[in-house]
Amino acid sequence: MDQSGIGLWGVPLAMLAGAIRVSTPFIFVSVGECLTERSGRINLGLEGTLVMGAMSAYGTALASGSPWLGVGVAALVGLLLGALHAGICQLPRVNDIATGIGLMLFATGLAFFLGKPFIQPKAPNLGAIDLGWWSSIPQVRQALQVNYLFVLGIALAFALAWALKTTRWGLIVRLAGESVDAALAIGTHVGRVRMIATAVGGSFAGIGGAFLSLYYPGSWNEGLSSGQGLMAVALVIFARWDPVRCLWASLLFGAAGAISPALQSVGVTEGYYLFSAAPYVLTLVLMIATCSPERSLRGAPGELGAVRQKEMRQWPGSMSTRAPIPGPGTAT
Amino acid sequence: MIDKFAIGRRTLLASSASAVALGLAGTAHAQKPLVIGFIYVGPRDDYGYNQAHAEAAAVLKKMPGVKIVEEEKVPETVAVEKTMESMINLDGATLLFPTSFGYFDPYMLKEATKNPKIQFRHCGGLWQEGKHPVNTGSYFGYIDECQYLNGIVAGATSKSGKLGFVAAKPIPQVLRNINAFTLGAQSINPKISTQVIFTGDWSMPVKEAEATNSMIAQGVDVVTCHVDSPKVVVETAERAGIYTCGYHTNQAKLAPKGYLTGAEWNWERVYTGFVEAMKAGKAPANFVRGGLKEGFVRTSAYGPAVSDAAKAKADAVKLEMLNGNFVIFKGPLKDNKGNTVITAGTSQIQTDPALESMNYLVEGVVGSTS
Repeated sequence: MDQSGIGLWGVPLAMLAGAIRVSTPFIFVSVGECLTERSGRINLGLEGTLVMGAMSAYGTALASGSPWLGVGVAALVGLLLGALHAGICQLPRVNDIATGIGLMLFATGLAFFLGKPFIQPKAPNLGAIDLGWWSSIPQVRQALQVNYLFVLGIALAFALAWALKTTRWGLIVRLAGESVDAALAIGTHVGRVRMIATAVGGSFAGIGGAFLSLYYPGSWNEGLSSGQGLMAVALVIFARWDPVRCLWASLLFGAAGAISPALQSVGVTEGYYLFSAAPYVLTLVLMIATCSPERSLRGAPGELGAVRQKEMRQWPGSMSTRAPIPGPGTAT
Repeated sequence: MIDKFAIGRRTLLASSASAVALGLAGTAHAQKPLVIGFIYVGPRDDYGYNQAHAEAAAVLKKMPGVKIVEEEKVPETVAVEKTMESMINLDGATLLFPTSFGYFDPYMLKEATKNPKIQFRHCGGLWQEGKHPVNTGSYFGYIDECQYLNGIVAGATSKSGKLGFVAAKPIPQVLRNINAFTLGAQSINPKISTQVIFTGDWSMPVKEAEATNSMIAQGVDVVTCHVDSPKVVVETAERAGIYTCGYHTNQAKLAPKGYLTGAEWNWERVYTGFVEAMKAGKAPANFVRGGLKEGFVRTSAYGPAVSDAAKAKADAVKLEMLNGNFVIFKGPLKDNKGNTVITAGTSQIQTDPALESMNYLVEGVVGSTS
C-alpha cells in the first residue's frame, strides 16, 4: 500500500461514509412510515412515492435550476400521493395493504413515464456541508461530506419521537393507531388524523426521493430506488415503530450496504455476492434475535391492519363490525 | 324519412365494405415492410449500453421498407420470451435483436427452435456452428481495443498509479475489458494496478456510486466502468475531481473537466449490414465480429486533461489497430493469481474464440472473478 491509500482502515471508514451517504432515503421513508403506522395505517406505496419524489425533484431542479425547489416539489408530490392513499383507505371495506401495492405500481409507472425526458440531462445537485475540515486525510474529509437533508432527517426522527411522546397532537395520533373506539369516544376525527399522518408520511418519502436524484447518486434513472422504499417500510417493523430506532436502523442498513464495495476496494475480493447480501442477512438475523413466540411484536399499533366496514367519523359508529386483530395490548 | 335513412345506411354499409375490401387488396399488393424487433434490458436513453443500440435502431428506422418495434426494460428472464413471441406473432417481426447478454441462453435459443423461420441475432453471445440453431447468430464489437486505448490514456494521466473499474458481473466480455484496460495502462507504467469492484448487476446506481467513492477513498484517480449506464460513475468521479474514461457512448458532457476519452459502440454499422442481407432475401451472417478497423467501435474525442504525450502514444497504437497489426492478448501473460494464461510466443488475435470465454483477470488487477 502506498501513501495515497489508508489500507484496511478504509473499511470502517467506508462503512461510516456509506452510512452517511446511503442511509438518508431510508431515514426519510422509515420515519414517514413510522408516523403513518402509528396512526393505524400502513402505506406500502412509499416505494412509489420515493421514485415519484426522485423524478419530480430532478425534473423541477432541471427546469428551475434550483435543487431546493425540487425538494419542495418532491415533498408536495409525496403529500398528494399520501393523501390519495389515505383518501382511498377511508372508503369502507378498503384494504390498505392492497391499496398501497396498487399505488406503488401506479406511482412507479407514472414516474418512469413522466421521467423519460429527464434521464439524460444533468440537473443541479444539492450541496453538502463539509464536516471533515479538521482532518488532513482526504478519505476522512470525503466521508464527512454531509448533506443538509441527512441532518434534516436526523432532526425529523428526534422531533417526531418527541412529538409522539409528549405533545397532545402526538397523543391523538397514537390514540388513533391504538384504539379507534377510544379515539372516537373522546371526539377525535380518526379519518382526519390518519389522512394528515399518511400525507405527511408521504411527503417525507418524497423528500427521501429528492435526496436520491439530487444528491446521492445524484441523477435520475429508472433503477434509482431498486426497492429502497420497500426496505425502509420493513425497517419500521424492525425498529418497532420508534422514529429514533428507525434512524439507527437506517444507519445500520446504510453501513451494511457499503461493506461489499469497501471490502473489494481494499483487496478482499472473494465472495462479493455474499457481502452484497449483508444488509438483508443483518436484518434477518436481528429480526430473529429480537422476536419471540411468547408475544406479538412489541410496539405494534393496535389498529394496524384492521379493516373497517364503515367510515370512522363519529361515535357510535361501526364498533361491532371491526375486524378482530389483536394488538399487543390485547394479546393473551 | 325512415326509408331514406334505411337506404342510406345500406349504401353506407355496402360502400364501407367495398372500401375495406379494396384496402385489404391494396395492402396485399404493396410490399410488406421488414419488421425488426429490438429488445433492451434497460431504458433506451441511459447514456450507455441500451442507448448505443437504440441510436442504431433510430438509424434503421429511416431506411425505406423497414419497420422497427422496440421494447425496453425487459428483464433477463422468461419475460424476454414473451416479448419475442409477441413481436413475432403480433407485430410480424422476422428479424429480432435481443441485445442483452442474459437473453441468449436459454431464452433466445428456445424461441429460435420454436420459430425456425424467424432470424435471431444476439449481441454478445458466443454463437457456435452446429451447437446453436442456424436461424440464430451473434454479433459483437471488439471494444477491448478502445479499452486498451483508454488504458494508455488513463495510465499516462494517473498520478497515484491506481486505476478503478466498476464492473457489473464477471462475464467474459467484462473481464476482457478490464484486462485490456489494465494492459493498456501497463504499457505506459508496468507497475500500475487496476482495482475492480463488481456491483452484481447491470444497473445498480447506488452501488455504483458507492463503489466509485470507496475506490476514490483508496487513492484511485482514474475510473472507468462496464455497467449499463456509466452516468452515475462518471458524475461521481467528476464531483470528486478525478478522471474518467467513458464506455458505451460519449459521456464527455457529464464530466467536462475529468473526461479523458471513451470506448463507444457504432452499432449502425452492424445493423445496416444485417438489414441489407434480409432485404436481399438472404439470411444475415451468423457470426459477426469487428473492431476499430471494421468501424464497429470508436473512441471519444480526447478531453482537456489528456497530455500531448498521452495522445501521441494512444494514437500510435490506434493506427496499428486500424491497420490490423496490433495484438492485445499475447504471451507471456499471467493472471493475478500467478498462473500463466497465455504462454510466451502465443498471440491471441481478436477473432480467437479463446478470448470470448475469458475467465481470468491479468496480473495487476486487484479483484476476483468469483
